[in-house]
Amino acid sequence: METRLASANKELFISADRPTTLIGERINPTGKKKLAAALQSGVYDEIVRREAREQVAAGAHMLDVNVGAGGVDEVALLPEVVKTVMDEVDVPLCIDSGNPYAIEAALKVYKGKPLINSVRGEGHSLQTVLPLVKEYGAAVIVLPLDQKGIPNNAEDRMQIADRIVEQCVKTGIPLEDIVIDCLALSVGVDSNAGLVTLETIKRVKENYGVNITLGASNISFSLPGREAVNDAFLSMAIAAGVTCPVVNAAKARKCAQATDLLLGRDKFALRYIKYYRQNKELF
Amino acid sequence: MGNLTQLAQALVDLDEELVNKIVKEKIAAGEAPLDIIKECNEGMGKIGKLFEANEYYLSELIMSGEILKGVMNELEPLLANVEKEASTADVVVIGTVKDDIHDIGKNIVVTLLKGTGFDVIDLGVDVPAETFVKTIKETGARVLGLSALLNFTFPAMKEVVDQLAAAGLRDQVKVIIGGAPCNEEVRQFTGADYLAKDAATGVNICKEIFGKC
Repeated sequence: METRLASANKELFISADRPTTLIGERINPTGKKKLAAALQSGVYDEIVRREAREQVAAGAHMLDVNVGAGGVDEVALLPEVVKTVMDEVDVPLCIDSGNPYAIEAALKVYKGKPLINSVRGEGHSLQTVLPLVKEYGAAVIVLPLDQKGIPNNAEDRMQIADRIVEQCVKTGIPLEDIVIDCLALSVGVDSNAGLVTLETIKRVKENYGVNITLGASNISFSLPGREAVNDAFLSMAIAAGVTCPVVNAAKARKCAQATDLLLGRDKFALRYIKYYRQNKELF
Repeated sequence: MGNLTQLAQALVDLDEELVNKIVKEKIAAGEAPLDIIKECNEGMGKIGKLFEANEYYLSELIMSGEILKGVMNELEPLLANVEKEASTADVVVIGTVKDDIHDIGKNIVVTLLKGTGFDVIDLGVDVPAETFVKTIKETGARVLGLSALLNFTFPAMKEVVDQLAAAGLRDQVKVIIGGAPCNEEVRQFTGADYLAKDAATGVNICKEIFGKC
């Protein structure tokens, strides 16, 4: 299965036989005081441009854009920040909001084919987001959770995913435009969280064969020495079927490139060696 | 806090086996259940402080809650005859507000509150304002915790506070808001009494309100 996305001038294809697509996570104010304050004050141009530039330079193939800082008007702000990011870098974007009106406002200004983050398994979300995905010809991230929260087992996550995918198909959204987020929760809160996510990834891959994403850094939330846990999990998740994780590209790229090599997606290790030559200081 | 009892120290060391062994011995020796709980609370207090100082991590905090739960299961049958120290006034009502379904943070707060000895009524996620108001009215609870992760749910928090006022309950209950995007401006907007920036702060605010500090 191949998902095509596009910026104004460039196409990007996500699939399991290509190198892992890294979606940069940093334009998101959750837990980032400076960015949150910048978005709240409206003086965000410099910090947003810098985050965009640095993530792409660090190897992000796409960028997630979320402006959900306390008190901001997302419907007004999200399209403005999306324009700023498009002006700075030429990579496809992931339009990230829980507010369907903000998503629609951003879709109106977006140039290319974006990924919408996200639709959930409850009525309001399905009814408002899926028609937008169809109307604007976008791709969409499916979150297998509903009004009861995130299920703590793969079985229930699959049931919700089934329901959402069925609804997507009814709406006329092709399977290749569906990306499923298998939901990483912290192993610092529940030590089985990693296993549940890996099991969900395996089942989604078997049942649908669609592209799979993951907010991969969540896995280590609250723990010390997060990078060791993040790297180990990212490798396992990619091996299990994740094709486009949402990550801090500067930290995750090394691990992703090594993993791609180990999974036979990097002939003669050319990408890995090139990366090493250009980034010796990171090794 | 210098000299913890053997039981409190075992709890701080997260040594479940030792904690259970000491508790069993104390029960066999006829020690009052409330005294045992008091010792455990000292241990929990120490763990809370270590967590605030970034010396203990969240998973350790949760583990301590699990150990305490086991102890409470042992003690509860014995408490039936004892006048419960915790009156209805020690009840905390909590939930994620309408149109938001995020509950990881809220669940952590619930675990910690229970571990600290509060009675918690967890209303779950996507809770309408009416349900919060009804529960406060029925239980006479003095603390209400409102959680949200999505920022467009702030009006839902304000709605709860407004409806409490409309029902004449505003003076009876202190409202605490929490969740990643909450800040002082949000607190003012919603009319809540307190802002809890993390789970440990939330528990401390509850202790303060109930004069348990």
